[in-house]
Amino acid sequence: MNSICEQPAMLNSDDWQDMEPLLSVQNLSKFYAPGKGCGNVSFDLYPGEVLGIVGESGSGKSTLLNSLSARLVPDEGHVIYRSEQFGELDLYQGEESLRRQLMRSEWGIVHQHPRDGLRMNVSAGANIGERLMAVGERHYSEIRQRAIEWLQAVEIDASRIDDRPSQFSGGMQQRLQIARNLVTHPRLIFMDEPTGGLDVSVQARLLDLLRNLVAQLGLSVIIVTHDLAVARLLAHRLMVMRRGEVVETGLTDQVLDDPQHPYTQLLVSSILQN
Amino acid sequence: MTTMIDVRGVEKSFTLHNQGGASFSVLERAQLQVASAECVVLHGQSGAGKSTLLKALYANYAVDGGSIELRDGKQMVDITTALPRRILALRERTVGYVSQFLRVIPRVPTLEVVMQPLLDLGVERAVCQAKAEDLLSRLNVPQRLWSLSPSTFSGGEQQRVNIARGFIVDYPILLLDEPTASLDASNRKVVVQLINEAKARGAAIVGIFHDEDVREAVADRLVDIRAL
Ligand SMILES: Nc1ncnc2c1ncn2[C@@H]1O[C@H](COP(=O)(O)OP(=O)(O)OP(=O)(O)O)[C@@H](O)[C@H]1O
Ligand SMILES: Nc1ncnc2c1ncn2[C@@H]1O[C@H](COP(=O)(O)OP(=O)(O)OP(=O)(O)O)[C@@H](O)[C@H]1O
Ligand SMILES: [Mg+2]
Ligand SMILES: [Mg+2]
Repeated sequence: MNSICEQPAMLNSDDWQDMEPLLSVQNLSKFYAPGKGCGNVSFDLYPGEVLGIVGESGSGKSTLLNSLSARLVPDEGHVIYRSEQFGELDLYQGEESLRRQLMRSEWGIVHQHPRDGLRMNVSAGANIGERLMAVGERHYSEIRQRAIEWLQAVEIDASRIDDRPSQFSGGMQQRLQIARNLVTHPRLIFMDEPTGGLDVSVQARLLDLLRNLVAQLGLSVIIVTHDLAVARLLAHRLMVMRRGEVVETGLTDQVLDDPQHPYTQLLVSSILQN
Repeated sequence: MTTMIDVRGVEKSFTLHNQGGASFSVLERAQLQVASAECVVLHGQSGAGKSTLLKALYANYAVDGGSIELRDGKQMVDITTALPRRILALRERTVGYVSQFLRVIPRVPTLEVVMQPLLDLGVERAVCQAKAEDLLSRLNVPQRLWSLSPSTFSGGEQQRVNIARGFIVDYPILLLDEPTASLDASNRKVVVQLINEAKARGAAIVGIFHDEDVREAVADRLVDIRAL
């Protein structure tokens, strides 16, 4: 059954014509061994755009995401980021400290496993507050207030602010990780399988939340997922990877409903679609 | 008379790579011009390519050749070459698409599902809600369902929610793929009214309707899509 997707909203779509890309990726390659990694990837990401990266296990999705987000130095190519604070940056040409500063302020990174993105032994409030302090917020009451607001935004009861993430369910931990990332109002978020380990009902809730936050805040997102339903719900555009190469790219519903490449056709047909 | 849709020389074939690479052509040199305040009905046997053409008009299907221009204000935009974000912007305010299937978003209540496209345009919530309620009432979706997610609704109820959603924004271009299939006569009548109201405000409409009555009530012109 081919029904058209419920397309994710694009905020300020009137501005599409004047915008410059937030991120320009040029011939990016990172290989661990032949066919293992990602090669020759180029694309532009515009403000407010959500790009989904899909493909089979081992196709190089995480490798690509890590190379884009300054966590893995590529063998070749450039990642140009237009920073609010520092202007146009060629990521891997600049200082390491600059990249670290971006990660704390203009960027957010949501890991598949919340424990990789949270500090499990400090309170939920401190997890959120830490990001604020990293960008210079010093007033305790202000930090606590913002932490409460963000807990509520991700549908965690404010009374849990002093609990540690280890006392939270997996879905709550994931929502806390998202709050921790969003509190500094980043412009660009990288997510690797953010709904990976969660049950279906918890996933649905998280997806709905993510979808609304992304639209409200006009965030740009690059999201890796093997779940095509997640991709359809969140991504404006898709990139399909296989053995380290991008084999197809385009508007999400076009790629899923009218796939051109043999591999994309296989990927789409092997999934029960609603 | 303003041209809203201009399709020229469109070619579309499908290649099923995982079924021995079978390839077949569905559209060859397809032409279609639709003016504002006009409703064109695509006609032809099952499998002829009616839905394929409609999906191509929404850029949901890619085409192999030709051009598909849609009017966006003073400009004509060729969606066969436009960037994804350009197409998404067109879909937000210029071109609407209604099929018989609702893609349900988990957890989201019916009223929100219907309002969303208008909310996304930045229209005040109260205005969106009033319009959504009006459409749902007209389409006889019982009020007790409005606060529930349509995921558990019957096929016909989902279809009517989908129609309400499709008509919430006054799109200058509307694409309708059998929106009345399996609706009863009284609901079909409501859809006919909605279509004629859209036409009266100047919308260009391309539709597929198997129901003879509906076709007669809305069509200005039939266009034959022939099976190849
Ligand atoms: N640090 C590393 N050293 C050596 N090989 C690696 C390393 N990290 C990844 N690889 C290999 O590179 C390839 C791509 O891995 P990557 O993690 O990018 O895949 P993926 O698409 O994210 O897969 P998955 O969906 O399973 O997460 C794999 O074959 C993997 O084994
Ligand atoms: N995504 C697709 N992949 C492969 N083939 C497709 C795809 N979509 C449509 N087709 C094929 O294209 C041809 C035309 O289909 P289409 O849905 O446009 O017909 P239709 O005229 O709308 O028919 P009906 O009246 O039965 O709805 C059919 O042979 C169909 O199987
Ligand atoms: Mg991975
Ligand atoms: Mg059809």
